[in-house]
Amino acid sequence: MGRHLQKGGPAALLFSTAASLALAGCTAASGNDRPAVAAAPAAAEQPYASTYTPYPGVPTAIVGATVYDGAGGRVENGTVLFADGKLVGIGGADLAIPAGYTRVDGTGRFVTPGIIDIHSHLGDYPTPSVDAHSDGNEATSPTTPEVWAEHSVWPQDPGFSRALANGGITTLQILPGSANLMGGRSVTLRNVPSRTVQGMKFPGAPYSLKMACGENPKRVYGGRNRMPSTRMGNFAVNRETWIEAQEYMAEEEPDRDLAMETLAGVLAGEILIQNHCYRADEMALVMSMAQEFGYQVSAFHHAVESYKIADMLRDNGVCSAVWADWYGFKMEAYDAIPENAAMIHNQGACVVIHSDDENGIQRLNQEAAKAQADGRRMSIDISDADVIGWITLNAARAMGIGDVTGSLEAGKMADVVLWNGDPLSIYSRPETVWIDGAVMYDMNDAQMRPVSDFELGQPGEGDVK
Amino acid sequence: MKRLLAIATSALALTATPAIAQDIAITGATVALGDGSDPIENATVVVRGGRVVAAGTGVAVPAGVPVLDGSGTWVTPGLFASLTNLGLVDVGAVSQSNDVDADDSPFSAALDVAPVINPMAQDFGYSRAGGVTRASVMPEAGASIFGGQGAIVDLGADFDAVRHPRAFQVVEFGERGARLAGGSRTSVHALLRNALHEAGSYGEAAQLRSGSGSRGEREAIGLDSRTPDGVDRSDDVLLTRFDAAALVPVVSGEQMLYVKVERASDILSALSLREEFPALDMVLVGAAEGWMVADRIAAAGVPVIANALRDLPVSFEQLAATQSNVGRMVDAGVQVAIGGYDSSGDHPRNLPQQAGNMVALNRVPGATGLTWGEAFAAITSVPADVAGLGGRVGVLAAGAHGDLVIWDGDPLETSSAPVRVFVDGIEQPLTNHQTRLRDRYRSLDESERPRAYEW
Repeated sequence: MGRHLQKGGPAALLFSTAASLALAGCTAASGNDRPAVAAAPAAAEQPYASTYTPYPGVPTAIVGATVYDGAGGRVENGTVLFADGKLVGIGGADLAIPAGYTRVDGTGRFVTPGIIDIHSHLGDYPTPSVDAHSDGNEATSPTTPEVWAEHSVWPQDPGFSRALANGGITTLQILPGSANLMGGRSVTLRNVPSRTVQGMKFPGAPYSLKMACGENPKRVYGGRNRMPSTRMGNFAVNRETWIEAQEYMAEEEPDRDLAMETLAGVLAGEILIQNHCYRADEMALVMSMAQEFGYQVSAFHHAVESYKIADMLRDNGVCSAVWADWYGFKMEAYDAIPENAAMIHNQGACVVIHSDDENGIQRLNQEAAKAQADGRRMSIDISDADVIGWITLNAARAMGIGDVTGSLEAGKMADVVLWNGDPLSIYSRPETVWIDGAVMYDMNDAQMRPVSDFELGQPGEGDVK
Repeated sequence: MKRLLAIATSALALTATPAIAQDIAITGATVALGDGSDPIENATVVVRGGRVVAAGTGVAVPAGVPVLDGSGTWVTPGLFASLTNLGLVDVGAVSQSNDVDADDSPFSAALDVAPVINPMAQDFGYSRAGGVTRASVMPEAGASIFGGQGAIVDLGADFDAVRHPRAFQVVEFGERGARLAGGSRTSVHALLRNALHEAGSYGEAAQLRSGSGSRGEREAIGLDSRTPDGVDRSDDVLLTRFDAAALVPVVSGEQMLYVKVERASDILSALSLREEFPALDMVLVGAAEGWMVADRIAAAGVPVIANALRDLPVSFEQLAATQSNVGRMVDAGVQVAIGGYDSSGDHPRNLPQQAGNMVALNRVPGATGLTWGEAFAAITSVPADVAGLGGRVGVLAAGAHGDLVIWDGDPLETSSAPVRVFVDGIEQPLTNHQTRLRDRYRSLDESERPRAYEW
């Protein structure tokens, strides 16, 4: 496939290592510790390349906290060590603290990996939510794989800071909206304030293609009396487009085509699929379509009926990125139930809790906790440590970055949240958030709360939000 | 047997007449009265004839009253959910099933949700299972700044949901009102003043109905039988005669006016309406920037219903939004109920999550939250009081409605949920479409038959 993508531009060649991570899906742990950063080619080869580099931090030892490692592990009275932006060690009270480490007292507190939201529109639907800021749906054609979400992201969206301070979000995937069957490429961001989107881009993270099935595309285009206006129309347009991509890939020297470059990247396994889909029967059809054209769906998003086909999702290695309890706002959400996440997990399939919302992203921990409790009430007992994985490692894996972040493991990025209590309790909030080992939020230091350009000089500037 | 019970339960849900209230005593529970006080451990609640007799410690259980062991559980008044669309919607995006607003109606203030509320809508049962026992149902403005008249309902599984029809009128006073009024807030002010003046003179000219104007003992306001006189008035004042008649009780203060307003300066403008219309009985709905003018709201004695978790500058009228809004207003002496649902999937039954976050906020330096008691009151007794039902709803006090929820833990905690729910002393079914789906798909085994035979 290489020649098409090279001819098509270096963009599609970016993440050969990341692609192999991505294909691991999120149901199986990958033992590969290669940092994706190292696999990325030199910046000059990448259009719109990440310019993010970690901010300075000090070697840090959090001691005495309850530690959830994101991979299902829990350590009481634990010690978490990080230095030079990387995790150095996770252990009990007996873990030796090297000289020169700053000790942070975690007594009565909890540590988790940085929280990851796989489904956000921060930046492409920023606040204030005025029409001039509506940059998430290129709703002029049902298939727009040529658009890139990063070209819509406004780094001054005040929502990034709320997600950091209240939600402990260290990494998030910004997706195009769901008006289109193929909505465009996602971008994965570090949740650091920046003047540019390049300054937020997660180095080495693979791209995803946002796809959507169901009501939205057929409503948007059917309403304009054009295809698709039905669910069968949705599939027909998708299949025709995949066939076009196959033909493009078969060409020896194809002309540059941004749309086809994205689709070729998917068929080559380098670009992941994040597929908005609500109904069980449609998810099953999408998995058949993926089989027909030889690609893998990384995660179904919203997936409110995953509980009806959790066995199939498990067998196909597809994650479900779900809300805890959103229901009823549209026809295809009528069968949403609060036990969805627990029932998916119970079948051995992969669960990610997502937000799709500038408010919900501030409380993914609470959403995960509610979903856990709804499972417990139907006798599905899922440990707290596993539930933390729904908003950390599972999300990272489904985004193709599970080898470099998402869990507390030596060598991974030092993305760490210290909570002032049990993160699964309503009464807890992030106290300190480190991204690549640098303090980016500190509850106890008003200055360590970023304020976007938009909010300067406005009522409530610098307020605790 | 299990199936028979399920059928019996769903039959109960469809009963047209209310069941008989049970006498019940719950002992040994952690009891939250809903009045702002801290929870009481090892307490007793007694309900007889559908009313609360006593709640607290040292309460004797009268002879003959069945006793439930409440140890390990929490007992509270049912939640009062403000500003819901319960019974107006089956599916939000299915317009045929959605009666929340009436974009193309020639009427506005005269619109009345009471006769169209459907207590069999799934969201009724879903909310009930989440511990909501009473709610205000609010129409949204569609074609004019006036949304129409909202009602107070109970969530008992019967057809007698509407307890207080036409409890309040709704007016849009901010950005949305400006769009509806013709493009500017100036038009909102002109339209509203014109309408209220016209209603005032209309009310003087017509025979006024009598009614108590005092909050707390307000009686239901009857449907005004006067109808438009056949003259098309839309050309001159944008208000039909029927709409003008509907605003008469607003001007006279017999019916509350829910003013949807966010910006601090707009809040002050709303408060100053009383200089012109002194009898207005206003409630501020939204008030995202209320904290900036909290003293003025408190001095005016106007209550607020606010979403607790708004902290983003979603619009230019909410630039100062902060999660500390509710706490700061409460500290300034404003009566604040938590209500309102911002996200597509947010529901009345998530009110405890909003309230619980207010408690969490008290541990964030520089932020202002609520105590546990204040937070729980903000979703029980305070909204009931704002709705004119103070002392009768949302509180476990002698004489109050026997609306009880037994929880499996702290009701504000993410891990807790109702175990049993009573409305007026009648135990309620907690099954609904969602629980039935859960039970059907508990297993995915289809080796014998498709899942469709499991019901």
